[in-house]
Amino acid sequence: MSDIEKLENDLVVRIDAASTEAALEEVRVAALGKKGVVSERMKTLGKMSPEERKEMGPALNGLKTRIAEAIDAKKAMLEEAALDARLALERVDVTLPATALPKGKIHPVSQAFEEIAAIFSAMGFDIAEGPDIEDDFHNFTALNFPPDHPAREMHDTFFFEPKEDGSRQVLRTHTSPVQIRTMMSQKPPIRIIIPGRTFRCDSDQTHTPMFHQVEGLVIDRETHMGHLKGTLEAFAKAFFEVDNVGTRFRPHFFPFTEPSAEMDIQYERVGEEVRFGQGSDWMEILGCGMVHPNVLKNCGLDPDEYQGFAFGMGVDRLAMLKYGIPDLRDFFAADARWLEHYGFDPLDQPNLATGLSR
Amino acid sequence: MKFSLSWLKEHLETSASLDDIVATMVAVGLEVEEVENPEERLAAFTIGEVLAAEKHTDADKLKVCRVATKDGEKQIVCGAPNARKGIKIAYAPVGAYVPGIDVTLKKAKIRGVESFGMMCSAREMEMGDDHDGIIEAPAEANVGDPIAGWLGANDPVIDFEVTPNRPDTNGVGGVARDLAAAGLGKLITPQPKAIKGAFESPQKIVLDFPEAAKDACPAFAGCYIRGVKNGPSPQWLQDKLRAIGLRPINALADVTNYIAYDRARPLHVYDADKLKGDIRARLGGKGEGFLGLDGKSYEADETMCVIADDSGVLGLGGILGGEDTGCSERTTNVFVECAYFDPLRTAKTGRKTGINTDARYRFERGVDPEFVVPGIELAVSIILDICGGAPSNIELAGEIPSADKTVLFPPSEVKRLTGMDVAPEECERILAALGFKVAKSDPWQVEVPSWRPDVGGKADLVEEVARIVGFDSLPMATLPLHNAVEMPKLSIAQDRRRLARRALAAHGMLEAVTWSFIDERHAALFLSANQLRSQGLILANPIASDLGAMRPSILPNLLAALQRNADRGRSDLALFEVAPQYAGDQPDEQMMMATGARMSDPSRHWQAAGAKADVFVVKADALIALQAAGAPVASLQTTNDAPPYFHPGRSGVLRLGRNPLAFFGEVHPRVLKAMGVDGPVHGFEVFLDMIPEGKRKPTKTKPALNASELLPLTRDFAFVVDDAIAAETLLKAVRGAEKHLIADVTLFDVYQGKGVPEGKKSLAVEVEIQPREKTMTDEEIDAVSARIVSQVVKATGGALRT
Repeated sequence: MSDIEKLENDLVVRIDAASTEAALEEVRVAALGKKGVVSERMKTLGKMSPEERKEMGPALNGLKTRIAEAIDAKKAMLEEAALDARLALERVDVTLPATALPKGKIHPVSQAFEEIAAIFSAMGFDIAEGPDIEDDFHNFTALNFPPDHPAREMHDTFFFEPKEDGSRQVLRTHTSPVQIRTMMSQKPPIRIIIPGRTFRCDSDQTHTPMFHQVEGLVIDRETHMGHLKGTLEAFAKAFFEVDNVGTRFRPHFFPFTEPSAEMDIQYERVGEEVRFGQGSDWMEILGCGMVHPNVLKNCGLDPDEYQGFAFGMGVDRLAMLKYGIPDLRDFFAADARWLEHYGFDPLDQPNLATGLSR
Repeated sequence: MKFSLSWLKEHLETSASLDDIVATMVAVGLEVEEVENPEERLAAFTIGEVLAAEKHTDADKLKVCRVATKDGEKQIVCGAPNARKGIKIAYAPVGAYVPGIDVTLKKAKIRGVESFGMMCSAREMEMGDDHDGIIEAPAEANVGDPIAGWLGANDPVIDFEVTPNRPDTNGVGGVARDLAAAGLGKLITPQPKAIKGAFESPQKIVLDFPEAAKDACPAFAGCYIRGVKNGPSPQWLQDKLRAIGLRPINALADVTNYIAYDRARPLHVYDADKLKGDIRARLGGKGEGFLGLDGKSYEADETMCVIADDSGVLGLGGILGGEDTGCSERTTNVFVECAYFDPLRTAKTGRKTGINTDARYRFERGVDPEFVVPGIELAVSIILDICGGAPSNIELAGEIPSADKTVLFPPSEVKRLTGMDVAPEECERILAALGFKVAKSDPWQVEVPSWRPDVGGKADLVEEVARIVGFDSLPMATLPLHNAVEMPKLSIAQDRRRLARRALAAHGMLEAVTWSFIDERHAALFLSANQLRSQGLILANPIASDLGAMRPSILPNLLAALQRNADRGRSDLALFEVAPQYAGDQPDEQMMMATGARMSDPSRHWQAAGAKADVFVVKADALIALQAAGAPVASLQTTNDAPPYFHPGRSGVLRLGRNPLAFFGEVHPRVLKAMGVDGPVHGFEVFLDMIPEGKRKPTKTKPALNASELLPLTRDFAFVVDDAIAAETLLKAVRGAEKHLIADVTLFDVYQGKGVPEGKKSLAVEVEIQPREKTMTDEEIDAVSARIVSQVVKATGGALRT
């Protein structure tokens, strides 16, 4: 074994033996440092004859390269080991609970409003609104409720204290006054829905003093009850997200429509669930009809020229039916448990392309 | 309104089944609410025969019976005193539900003897009150027959909703007319016979009204009957009334009730011997009182139509008769009243007095004016049949108000409004069947019957035709599309609400929906009691005394809700509501808000509890809602002049220029205390309507990204300023120092204490400087720094901290 081979073996043993980066550095300095054994040997090349140098030069350079590589390799290995050791220490119990992030929810009434708006938008309806505190004209008289007529008693009206001139404001008992406001301010054709808060002095399991309605109004020169039927049936199908929905129209009475009807939808109760489009029971979901000629006249429209339909439905009740919410009163109690259970993820934005709900 | 099937058949000759009758009623607009069919209700009970009845060996009052039943011979233990051999009884098998005792029968052992089923009393089957013994069926009944037929309980009762436009259907005859028109049978309502009086009525009628109130009671028919014998009415009449839930009283009273339900015609019968002088329909006088038939005292006033005699007011016309002149078993001479009372005045009087009677209900909806005389003839003839006596001539005071109405009706209106094709002949047939008289001129002239006050125009006749044809025949049509793809439909204001709502929920808050009205005392914490009143926000008839004022802020609703949740153990909660609040009773005083409130009690978590809400958390909430709704949040300024329901030192207003867009802060402890809410609570109120609407841009193109290739650098500065200096002032000065180069300013420390003089504070900011065209030299950077310092010193009077 040559001198160089011996030196190389010796160094390789020491590199292998180095168990820390510091020890390895000591070996590197001892070998390749300015005064290291390999460096010292390199310095002897200058004093050699050309022949000797020709032989020893490549040999020593080779030695230097191999030792440097061996040190680098060892170094990488030691670093890996050190990282592994550190990571092993950093281990946590990943079964611990995740960081607590509050989760917000959208109220079912808001969700149902947006679902209804998505459907009627696609049918070309604009969205109109009006004030909650109304005057007698818009809430009753213009809608063909004559003063003191018993039909007014169908609405348990909230009144405000009378003013000096004897007039008194009311909380609107329906969203229909916005029909009047719209017809008096804009020329037909009109195609609107009117969502909003409504109020009646009534309270039990199925009635709350405040609730929500969506009203619809179409006024033009040709819309008839067949359009009403087609529109509402299409709505019911889209809203309840069923392929088929059975509907039934029954004559009814509303002062502001003539003819007037109520629409029932077919359903079946299966355990706690209500299923639409099947079964043999009927549930009333809305009132509707052709806008009464007196209402058109009250808004300055000629009933022989213009015609159209109106409908009104309870949003809270529709949400209850669709999502199986048992008690109307809970809608307004702001109980966090209820809001979290029946509320909707803010990312669930109803639109017809994705389907209204998950 | 209820009626029994047999009653209907007195007006309608029909072979239709009960189901067909109910379905047709619904189809023509008489909404059936309930059908009580005793045959169905009693289907579980069948005839049995007691073959033997032996005394129970261990109980004196019990008998062990052998009973022949549809299920074969059964042993039944029975306690009824009349349980005896040979009688036919109502047998309920094991498994049957017995409604009167609310029990489903099981095989039982009674004092050691097995019993299979039950023999029932009337009360147990809810057929009456009798519980003295088991019910006994006629001897000819066959074992196994349903009991209903043998016990006279086979007359179904239909309950339906009378809509206010159809006063004629407050009588069974009106229902029959609709059904006949719909093809269910023949209308056979009998016409009342004329009464031939033997004498002139000794009881005179005076209509005594001022000219302006003559319509209060324009017609009043009366008939005096001598020598009646009042007492319980005959069984057929009692059964009829009982079937529809009315209590028989005596023959005279029962006859008037019968006619009210049979013909929608209320009447009144006076004990003629108790009347003093003329009977007088007139307006009441202030303070005139009377004792009503219901035993309560009432007071009339000058707006009400009263019936009076020389002794004073007897009752309210068309609403309630008087106790003092009412009929009893001893009554022998009677005076029968059949009058027409004005619907509006009746309704007003009814509302004012709060009296609800069948008479008021009918008069205020409008009775048939043409039926005043036939009505009294019908009443008198039934009274004569039941009570005997001799009638006077019928006296009519006043005049029957004219109900003549003719509607010009082109039958093409049916197609125009409903889209239905109905042949003119069918239109004519339907109208005629409903009592209209059709003259087929062009257009048709249709005379409206006197019992249909609701019909006044073409559309009403369209409804008559359409409802009788049936809405099932409506065609199905689709509204034509105006655009192949619809344009957006939400207004900016509507869309803002959606965006604010979704942003706040995405931020972890729960959306609530709460009443628009609140406790007046709570409202007064947010808008003074005087202002609530002067702004018209006080309800005259609240649903509850603590829901009497329209809310001037949504915060009180949320505060109350937070406390309710806290009382259930949920004291860490963030709620918001996007909804209106009210500054007054005019349309432009309703404000759309996004309001939120946080009660903060973070639950323990192994990672250490979350941060408690404070004024800066709700400031962030407000900014999130504002940003989502499209407000230019970078341009907002904060001022410390929030309304007094906030903590004076921990609240602020976010303004755009001078306009407030939001309030935020800690709710004032005084408000919380007054509402019984455990503090602290932090809240915000965003005025969505106050956010300016951005200009509609002609393009959706976004401005180009101006991202520099050059590395930004940061410099820190600390300034000592007066305690009173707003941080926003300092930040604004820093940002303004070199707008082109300063990309961002972050305030990272606020310090008071050692090293900072009393009354001063140290504010430290990190400024990010973004070189634009080329790398900056040290001199250039120093120049920017110097400018920052000089601007801050100028704006705040402070100094660089050394």
